[in-house]
Amino acid sequence: MSAAACPENRPAGAAPSANMRAFAMRLLLAAALVLAGLVFAYPLLFMFAASFKPADAIFADIANPLALLPDARWSLVNYRNVFDKSAVGSYLLNSTTIALVTIVAGVFVNSALAFAIAKLQWRGRHGVLALVLALLIVPLEVLAIPMMLVVAHLPWFDAARGVFVVGWLDTLHVQIVPFVANAFCVFLFHQAFKDLPDELIEAARMDGAGAMTIYLRIVLPLCKPTVATAAIVIFLAMWNQYLWPVMTVQTGGARPVMVGLQQFFGRTNQWGEIMAYATLITLPVLAFFLVIQKHFVRSVVGSGIKG
Amino acid sequence: MSIGSQTSSLAIELRGVHKRYDERAERAVFSALDLVIPRGSFTVLVGPSGCGKSTLLRMIAGLEAVSAGELLFDGVRVNDKPPVARGVAMVFQNYALYGHMSVYDNIGFGLRIAGVPKAERHAAIVDAARQLDLEALLQRKPSMLSGGQRQRVAIGRAIVRRPRAFLFDEPLSNLDASLRGSLRAEIAQLHQRLRTTTVYVTHDQVEAMTLADQIVVLSPQGLEQVGTPDALYDTPGNVFVAGFIGGQRMNLLPVDAMHDAALRALGAGQAAQLALQGVAHVGVRPEDIDLVAGDAARIERIERLGADSLVHLQAGGARFTALSADRQLAPGDLVGVAARRQHHFDGTGRRTPRPAP
Repeated sequence: MSAAACPENRPAGAAPSANMRAFAMRLLLAAALVLAGLVFAYPLLFMFAASFKPADAIFADIANPLALLPDARWSLVNYRNVFDKSAVGSYLLNSTTIALVTIVAGVFVNSALAFAIAKLQWRGRHGVLALVLALLIVPLEVLAIPMMLVVAHLPWFDAARGVFVVGWLDTLHVQIVPFVANAFCVFLFHQAFKDLPDELIEAARMDGAGAMTIYLRIVLPLCKPTVATAAIVIFLAMWNQYLWPVMTVQTGGARPVMVGLQQFFGRTNQWGEIMAYATLITLPVLAFFLVIQKHFVRSVVGSGIKG
Repeated sequence: MSIGSQTSSLAIELRGVHKRYDERAERAVFSALDLVIPRGSFTVLVGPSGCGKSTLLRMIAGLEAVSAGELLFDGVRVNDKPPVARGVAMVFQNYALYGHMSVYDNIGFGLRIAGVPKAERHAAIVDAARQLDLEALLQRKPSMLSGGQRQRVAIGRAIVRRPRAFLFDEPLSNLDASLRGSLRAEIAQLHQRLRTTTVYVTHDQVEAMTLADQIVVLSPQGLEQVGTPDALYDTPGNVFVAGFIGGQRMNLLPVDAMHDAALRALGAGQAAQLALQGVAHVGVRPEDIDLVAGDAARIERIERLGADSLVHLQAGGARFTALSADRQLAPGDLVGVAARRQHHFDGTGRRTPRPAP
């Protein structure tokens, strides 16, 4: 507290007005932040509220902010219809599997490459990094067709039947494997690992740790916020995927939620049901972020306060 | 390396060692370096920044490759051995603690990698913690420790492996002055207790003088002199060592007309006569100059150091310093000067014996 702010240093009668002013400023700031938060959250809250209402109620309440509050018209009918009209449960399971497997594989594959580039000494590592970063500017749309031609002819060991099959179409792994390697995640991990002191690696070498031990037990645990950020980036990318699954998955067995949403959109004209479907596929994303957010925020904050 | 094995200290020898960071580099860090670090000794590598002392330490540790020559541990060539196989432990300047692990796990990490059984590992960690007064901090993370505590954890991580040599890379540089003194004493006590060969890098010559059995003075030109602290202080081998070692920087007066008055005032003789004898520089330590009654030199300014003062003097255009406990001196005073000890150096900077009077 500054000398001027000490109660005994301020003139009599000045203290209450200075306190009131500070309180008023904080209140104003809080009100502005709440308002901004409401603006961001409103579409989500509207979607959630609309998922419990019949269609006519949605449009009747569209300009009424109190419509976000539960009332007698709310019911689970829309949700029941969604499960009757589509295999949303199966699609949710597919998307969850695709996202989680890609996250686990992606974190290890991308961080391992980043560790090798950032902390191991070998000729050509800077060239490899430049090549990987160059891929950041290449959109999926450019690569999608060649990729599809490739995966249509790749072999795969079908563990259930115990045989090798040719072609990856209409499977979960066609939606996972091409996306395990992620240039942005390599960049994220590289930036995090680059900032770790080399003495840390050397101390581990003096302790007898090899490269794999250093990577798994020293470097990765120290970069949990970056792991969380990469997990969120991969999760959102895989959960929201649409183009690639539309191209490579024709049957419902491997269909993810976004393709399912597009199909459901063609099967109903009830906005309440569409909102219910949208709510169902949004909740896992929110839940995932709630679990990971502590590390994610630390990563974002930490990236701005270096040194 | 399992605990209990290889606990004897080792003798280190560098024979004709060359170090070049890049094959195309113009300057080698070291050329044909020969150095013996005796078993059980406390050897300090001292020198200005960029002289290669840390590089030398890292070559001993196995973190840097030896470009040419031999690095021998007890007569056995270890050039190609990885760090963990050399039986040495290193303490880094910035502690290099594993931030996500507790003090307990930091100290025990090397033992865990070596496959030491849990009970044995626990006993070793607790013993190391007790030696370094870390018992109450074992469950804390490094971020909750002070700088001195972190460095003690780093030392604990080194001693728990019972290495045959300790390597310290400027371990006190990141600490404030008061902590530096206490930790320096702890390191000295550790060496007294364990008598393990210790190689210690510092740019602080006070640390070198207080800790070392043997000091290796390095410069950008290479190895300058190896000797005990007293030998380096009393008989520096060249102007570099003379100027580097010592609490206050030695006065190095060139033997020329401009410094003739100062040389005569100090009792070194006439510049012309000294030049005939091949003396190019006369060195006198500030603490070896007595200020007496007289008018040979004028006091320009005085730096109070506490009990003593560093008195800046001028005689006939030459400037030099003296250390004095006299609080009555003031700038502008005229004083006489007398040097109790002088050092002579030839045109190449090497020490020459003083001629008999």
